[in-house]
Amino acid sequence: MREERPEDPTPEDPVVITPCPNGPLLVRGDVMIAPEPGAEPQKPPRRVVALCRCNMSSIAPFCDGSHKLANFRTRPPRYNIGSPREDADESD
Amino acid sequence: MTTTPVRTAAPVARGPVSTALLSVLTGPEDTPEAAYRELASAVENAVETTQDVLADEDLQLSLFLLYLLHYGPAEFVTGNREWDPELLRIRAVLEARFESELRERVPMPDPMPQDGTELVDTMFAITGGAEKPTLATWLARHPSEEILREFLIHRSIYTLREADPHSWGIARLRGRAKAALVEIQSDEYGGGRPDRVHATIFAQSMRGFGLDDTLDHYLDLVPAPTLASMNVMSLFGLHRRLRGAIAGHLAAFEMTSSIPNKYYGRAFRKLGYGEDVTWYYDEHVEADAVHEQIAARDLAGALAQEEPELLQDVLFGAAACLYVDGLMGDHMLECWSNERSSLREVEPAAAL
Ligand code: FES
Ligand SMILES: [Fe+2]
Ligand SMILES: [Fe+2]
Repeated sequence: MREERPEDPTPEDPVVITPCPNGPLLVRGDVMIAPEPGAEPQKPPRRVVALCRCNMSSIAPFCDGSHKLANFRTRPPRYNIGSPREDADESD
Repeated sequence: MTTTPVRTAAPVARGPVSTALLSVLTGPEDTPEAAYRELASAVENAVETTQDVLADEDLQLSLFLLYLLHYGPAEFVTGNREWDPELLRIRAVLEARFESELRERVPMPDPMPQDGTELVDTMFAITGGAEKPTLATWLARHPSEEILREFLIHRSIYTLREADPHSWGIARLRGRAKAALVEIQSDEYGGGRPDRVHATIFAQSMRGFGLDDTLDHYLDLVPAPTLASMNVMSLFGLHRRLRGAIAGHLAAFEMTSSIPNKYYGRAFRKLGYGEDVTWYYDEHVEADAVHEQIAARDLAGALAQEEPELLQDVLFGAAACLYVDGLMGDHMLECWSNERSSLREVEPAAAL
């Protein structure tokens, strides 16, 4: 179990991650980001951040809109959180 | 330094309407009936005879000044004019002409989306053209001191008040759309940190470039398309009826921002400018990649879902943003690629 930090989110204000179709992951809430494994976590400069998932961004791990130039396409979400994995769309 | 100094001198009139308006605004507090009558007849005449409201220097300046009463500060104005009924009446006459020309000229997508989900796709489709931004890529390829100076001057009219016109919309929205607008605006206003307010970061860029960051300092130099870009936001923001349009305007603005700002930053860096000047642009590459998603989905999309009768206006606001800002960009590009200044010449008396 990790130690309680003063900036830990309260249970009423959890971190929420929203995958945007054909774009980044929006992350809301009180998060820290470690730029790479083992690096010191840092507090992002804004309350909502967009994490790149197309690997084209010039400011990774943040999104810089480049996914649009790359015509990046995401798959629809695979399963509903809380449902068994088997419930996923079996079309592929 | 977190606030910007204030312009004290009245701007130079550009025709009969702005002449009559400025004589009311700077005249005695107890405006003589004759001054109102002169203004009213100049306006009646102008809205009938103007060929192109968006390019009309006299009318765009007049609208800008009437809206300025709501934003402030306007030190050159005598008395308390914000709710002067005669000025509001005049403004309504100008706005009716302005809005009807926008409705006529702004190209709307065909077919129209039918619900909030389709609207989000349409928004990404109509803003897609800006993925290869001509003005921004041109600037990154041909930056010069003179051109970047002009660019900052055009942008200063809105950006020293960045986000303010869209904030009028907050009180007019509900639910998910309201929360989305607040989430974006909170970031525009620095998330509670005065030194991170976007308008303040922009003021720092201007100073770093050697320009004056006084609000409206360069008003006399900017032509109608630049004023129209600001006026369209004020028109949408100040009317509850047009709350769909102000939401759509912000969404289109945010959705066409990250990629151009990357090129703008590059242009300033090419000339050797440092972080004090480029921070504004770097900040917008990152921030607007976030704002784009929130604005398209949670603001525009959710608003069209929750208030379907606003769908058409959300799209109109977005399309108007692209159209009017396109005119402003075209003007700059046209002038610069023909080695002309994109700014107005001011009479020596009014020289800055
Ligand atoms: S997801 Fe936006 S740049 Fe990669
Ligand atoms: Fe901003
Ligand atoms: Fe933004």
